[in-house]
Amino acid sequence: MAKEIDLTDGDIRALNTVLQRRDGNNHTDFVVDNPMGRHAVAAGLTDDVAVTIKGHVGYYCAGMNQNASVTVEGNAGVGCAENMMSGTVRVTGDCSQSAGATGHGGLLVVEGNASSRCGISMKGIDIVVKGSVGHNSAFMAQAGNLVICGDADDGLGDSIYEAVIYVKGEAKGLGADCIEKDMTDDHRAKLKDLLDRAGVTEDPAAFRRYGSARKLYNFKIDNVGAY
Amino acid sequence: MSDNPALRESYLFDRATIADIQRAADVGIYRIRGFGAKRQLPHFDDLVFLGSSVSRYPLEGYREACGTNVTLGTRFAENPLELDIPITIAGMSFGSLSANAKEALGRGASEVGTSTTTGDGGMTPEERGHSNKLVYQYLPSRYGMNPDDLRKADAIEVVIGQGAKPGGGGMLLGEKISDRVAGMRTLPKDIDQRSACRHPDWTGPDDLEIKLRELREITGWKVPIYVKVGATRTYYDTMLAVKSGADVIVLDGMQGGTGATQECFIEHVGIPTLPAVRIAAEALQELGLHRKGVQLVVSGGIRSGADVAKCIALGADAVSIGTAALIALGDNRPELAEDYAKMGTAPGFYEDWQAGNDPAGITTQNPELEKNLDPVKAGRRLANYLRVLTLEAQTLARACGKSHLHNLEPEDLSALTIEAAAMAKVPLAGTGWIPGQGF
Repeated sequence: MAKEIDLTDGDIRALNTVLQRRDGNNHTDFVVDNPMGRHAVAAGLTDDVAVTIKGHVGYYCAGMNQNASVTVEGNAGVGCAENMMSGTVRVTGDCSQSAGATGHGGLLVVEGNASSRCGISMKGIDIVVKGSVGHNSAFMAQAGNLVICGDADDGLGDSIYEAVIYVKGEAKGLGADCIEKDMTDDHRAKLKDLLDRAGVTEDPAAFRRYGSARKLYNFKIDNVGAY
Repeated sequence: MSDNPALRESYLFDRATIADIQRAADVGIYRIRGFGAKRQLPHFDDLVFLGSSVSRYPLEGYREACGTNVTLGTRFAENPLELDIPITIAGMSFGSLSANAKEALGRGASEVGTSTTTGDGGMTPEERGHSNKLVYQYLPSRYGMNPDDLRKADAIEVVIGQGAKPGGGGMLLGEKISDRVAGMRTLPKDIDQRSACRHPDWTGPDDLEIKLRELREITGWKVPIYVKVGATRTYYDTMLAVKSGADVIVLDGMQGGTGATQECFIEHVGIPTLPAVRIAAEALQELGLHRKGVQLVVSGGIRSGADVAKCIALGADAVSIGTAALIALGDNRPELAEDYAKMGTAPGFYEDWQAGNDPAGITTQNPELEKNLDPVKAGRRLANYLRVLTLEAQTLARACGKSHLHNLEPEDLSALTIEAAAMAKVPLAGTGWIPGQGF
């Protein structure tokens, strides 16, 4: 049976002490009621626990998550699942800016839309957005996959390194050094796996793939127009 | 260089300027180098201590104690950092520096009871293993950033800027990207690695406050959180960092060193350490937190115990050294003259820390060159140097009648130039005049 915690009058420090199990508890399932847009809810979790947050959260929900499965039944503020290392974070609503920023691993699923800079500097995380993403998503993205089932706003993949972007809808504009690349059977298989893991029903054949042209990897004066 | 006195060198277009123009015309790209600002700037040399005489009495050297300890992070952290001396080692990355250099910094700092600091690229096991007190930098690039290392740190330093390049981000050139460096940073080998100038998930002081709270949640409120800024709009930056919840302000003046930065940035952005320390201290005083809530660590051109003492007298709780620490390890030493000559430089002038071919084995990832640095011997050299800095600072403090370095104050200082008097807000020597504050 899940341990239920009401945040109406509680503080975040006490909540995270319980969710991080630093108080010695052995619960594996938690439900957080009335998060009221509070920041850093379920940040720094390290254990294989399931946390369901019933409502909207503020900044940095599930920040630096390791192993835990966190579900936000609502919208999430800036930096949801930032620097996630492993585990799963699912947001049933929309995410604000910088969702999954710098994440090294794990899976972030956004069932609504994600705002600007989704996946900025991502370092291995997989992000699946059922809706659309804002401008400069996957900016300086180093590794991992960003799947966008809707549209992407301007500057997609600007200065991208080795991360891979899949877009089903329209990419309004690509950032510096980001190009469309061939979609092979291998890529479709990887994308299918990502969609399956995210619980998203989409046809991989409907997506296009984007990545780095690798022309800006070394600083050359010939590329000065792109800087 | 001609010794013909009839040949008059232009002040405006001196030989260095002419060489810069010729270099730019040859290669078509701006100059990137290491080290720090080389131009003459108002600095601690422009201040002198007013030793005791009739109106003040000194403490006996070698007999009466002069305390040097400092506690950093007393505001919110469960475990503030207790240091034996108020001289810390500034953040310098593994990548920019060799593993042996990072180990030597840890050894030297630990021997004298002070802290060292990671840099861009994350924490190495060697560095953690050899540093009794290690500050973990949290940078915009988040290269190598992970919560496990964050929790291993004795303090966290959120880096917003550094003195050599406030607002500028960074670049680790491909020559220094070994397999290990590339792996730690999750980037391909041999590419030029850009370090972002802005944090990816927060903008402005309101966001910073939330970010600091998140870091505290992740580390259980145990360790102090520093906020590091390059010296520019120092009053507002200090105020806003404190209001965002920083335990410690780390302020890096424009003389602060760098591993690789555009020269135009190094020489032309930021304000010198001399005015910056005073401005930051005044901001803390205004908030009622100076020396009793939020600590101030100042870096940028600290070379001697006199610099340490003057910086503390102007309001710093501790100082931090980078360039001087590398010199203590063995950078620019005369024994390497032949190697430097092959690169067209000489001891005392070597600044190409960005290039990765450092014969001292410090600013390199070349395994062969790295062998030139013995981390045990280099660590001992650093410890020696830190002891000298401490002894010098104590000597000066005792002469001013102070039983602890923190008892030094601006009243103990006098300025030799009008500029220094105005910036440090101490009287011009022989007068009671502080420019800008009336007669």
